[in-house]
Amino acid sequence: MNYYIKTEQMNVGYGEKPVINNIDLKIKKGEIWTLIGPNGSGKSTLLKSIAKQLKPLGGTMYLDNKDLTEIKTKELSKKMSVVFTEKIKAEMMSCEDIVATGRYPYTGIFGLLSDKDHQVVDEAMKLVHVFSIRNRDFDKISDGQRQRVMLARAICQEPEIILLDEPTSFLDIKYKLEFLSILQELQHKKNLTVIMSLHELDLAQRVSDKIICLNGKCVDKIGRPQEIFKKDYITHLFDIHTGIFDEENGCAELEAVRGEAKVFVIAGGGCGRGAYRQLQRKRIPFVSGIIYKNDVDYPVAAALASEVITAEEFEPVKDEVFKTAKKRMDKCDRVICCKESFKTFEKKNEELLEYAKKTGKIIESW
Amino acid sequence: MILILGVFIFLLLNICIGSVGIRFSDVIGIFSGDIVNETTKRIIWDIRLPRIMAVMILGGALALAGYLLQTFFHNPIAGPFVLGISSGAKMVVALVMIFLAGRSIKITSVSLILAAFAGAILSMLTVLFMSGKVRGMSMLVVSGVMIGYICSAITDLIVNFADDSDIVNLHNWSKGSFSGMTWENVNAMMVVVAVTFIAVFMLSKPLGAFGLGEVYAKNMGVNIKRLKVEMIVLSSILSACVVAFAGPISFVGIATPHLVKKMIGTTKPILMIPACFLGGSVFCMFCDLIARNLFSPTELSISTVTAIFGVPVVLWVLVNQKKGGM
Repeated sequence: MNYYIKTEQMNVGYGEKPVINNIDLKIKKGEIWTLIGPNGSGKSTLLKSIAKQLKPLGGTMYLDNKDLTEIKTKELSKKMSVVFTEKIKAEMMSCEDIVATGRYPYTGIFGLLSDKDHQVVDEAMKLVHVFSIRNRDFDKISDGQRQRVMLARAICQEPEIILLDEPTSFLDIKYKLEFLSILQELQHKKNLTVIMSLHELDLAQRVSDKIICLNGKCVDKIGRPQEIFKKDYITHLFDIHTGIFDEENGCAELEAVRGEAKVFVIAGGGCGRGAYRQLQRKRIPFVSGIIYKNDVDYPVAAALASEVITAEEFEPVKDEVFKTAKKRMDKCDRVICCKESFKTFEKKNEELLEYAKKTGKIIESW
Repeated sequence: MILILGVFIFLLLNICIGSVGIRFSDVIGIFSGDIVNETTKRIIWDIRLPRIMAVMILGGALALAGYLLQTFFHNPIAGPFVLGISSGAKMVVALVMIFLAGRSIKITSVSLILAAFAGAILSMLTVLFMSGKVRGMSMLVVSGVMIGYICSAITDLIVNFADDSDIVNLHNWSKGSFSGMTWENVNAMMVVVAVTFIAVFMLSKPLGAFGLGEVYAKNMGVNIKRLKVEMIVLSSILSACVVAFAGPISFVGIATPHLVKKMIGTTKPILMIPACFLGGSVFCMFCDLIARNLFSPTELSISTVTAIFGVPVVLWVLVNQKKGGM
């Protein structure tokens, strides 16, 4: 098998002390790989080592079947570009000037840009939508714009691989999505290989072909997103004690409120999530039901409710479940009903609401 | 463009104005070959012209050295004087001067430059060592100033033990002065500075990349280690050349790059390098003009004048510094 990047038993770290040992990566050309892991787990260190900015403390890395130590810096600069967290020092330079520095490996001894260089620079700026701010001072634009200018700079270096260290951290949600779409576009159009670190697990799950999980000592796991983004695994990797990772939508939920529930939430079909989160914010413990296990409300309820009364999916609600629900409701003073009307398979929830009214609970709608 | 014009204006002013005033028409006359007056010709040809040439060349060299050092340390208040490099060069030059004079060996331009270069590199290495130890740019400057003081103290010590005749010579020079330049001096410095200038100019592309930060420069394919060595050597040569002929001159190296930057509105090395050189020339010619004429026939030390005009610039830079970094 031909891999674009291959590492064998690589150890990386600063100075003498390795941070991560025995890294074995096999990355194919045109793949997007994402590094995840807690703060200080060595994501930047690994990226810097791949970029040849740090000397590996053991093992070998091959880029395009060549030993990285034997690739000249100049040759490497035409293959690999970086967007790191180090701030670029730019005094009195326009955004266009910054982007143009990406052409460095291609220009002559005085670094003057040819017509072709200008064309590449313009295209890169248009691709990441910074063409309109090309004449602005780089020091006087927003962090989000700056990040996109840096991407344009990396793109116009015409690399085969881009390394990015937390590239989306300063971007708002619109630009986060746009930023990653641009990487995908480059992946498809130019067969660009991408290795980046991301803190946004939901985005990592969606954009990556493969995920590398670092835990600060070694590579904990490498796999496809569906293998990595499991509730138990992420909780373990990040050592989460408060709150929970929700594998269904890749979001995190805050910690559930403990205690005996005095509120019953009737929900289902996605209408309950808002109520659950508001109760959590007000520190009120609650019970919720009756919810099918494949309902979109289910993962949030499971994360936040002290108890969830569930029913088997694609089946009518069994009588025992209904009985449990009634029994649980007897202990509550308040019932919040999130539903406005009930469909055929929600008849039991409708009955539950009737029961609540009959037993004189305070009924609130959401 | 303005800078080139400035160079010409000050060139003429410096020729004309002096303890003996010379009319503009006479200057033209001398250059076009009509002998106006033998004394006037002598004054211009043997005293003023070599001096002006020296001011022009050394001023430019100082500014360029300052620019290189500022780029190297990513520090806007670096310069050959504040980092103690000038003083280090001065110390070794003083040593060599006394040593040679004691043995009545003629002091040549070349030996002076070599001595100054040795001193400059010595201080530079000390500063580099300190920069590895201390964090923050103000600390770096403080250690540079300390190094400068030590070197000056040693120089004073040497002067105390030297013969009277040497002292007069040395004393004048150690404060910094452009007086007493000969054509031999000018030729020597012209060669050295011209070669160094071309070398610096050839580095303008990697220097630009280096300015962005080492991480990015490395990714762009710059050989950082080699570039750093080149920057140190070249800036040391430039500062050494200045010290060898004119003694330590303060604040030209720090102030000029900032003034020039503001003036041309860019930091691209390919423009900054020649502009800095010209800017340094103009700045020094202006200061030398004042030094010679303000209390004529007594001459002020050139550093007195450069400090008066240079220090406000440095303070302005400090005030305008964005928060962080210091």
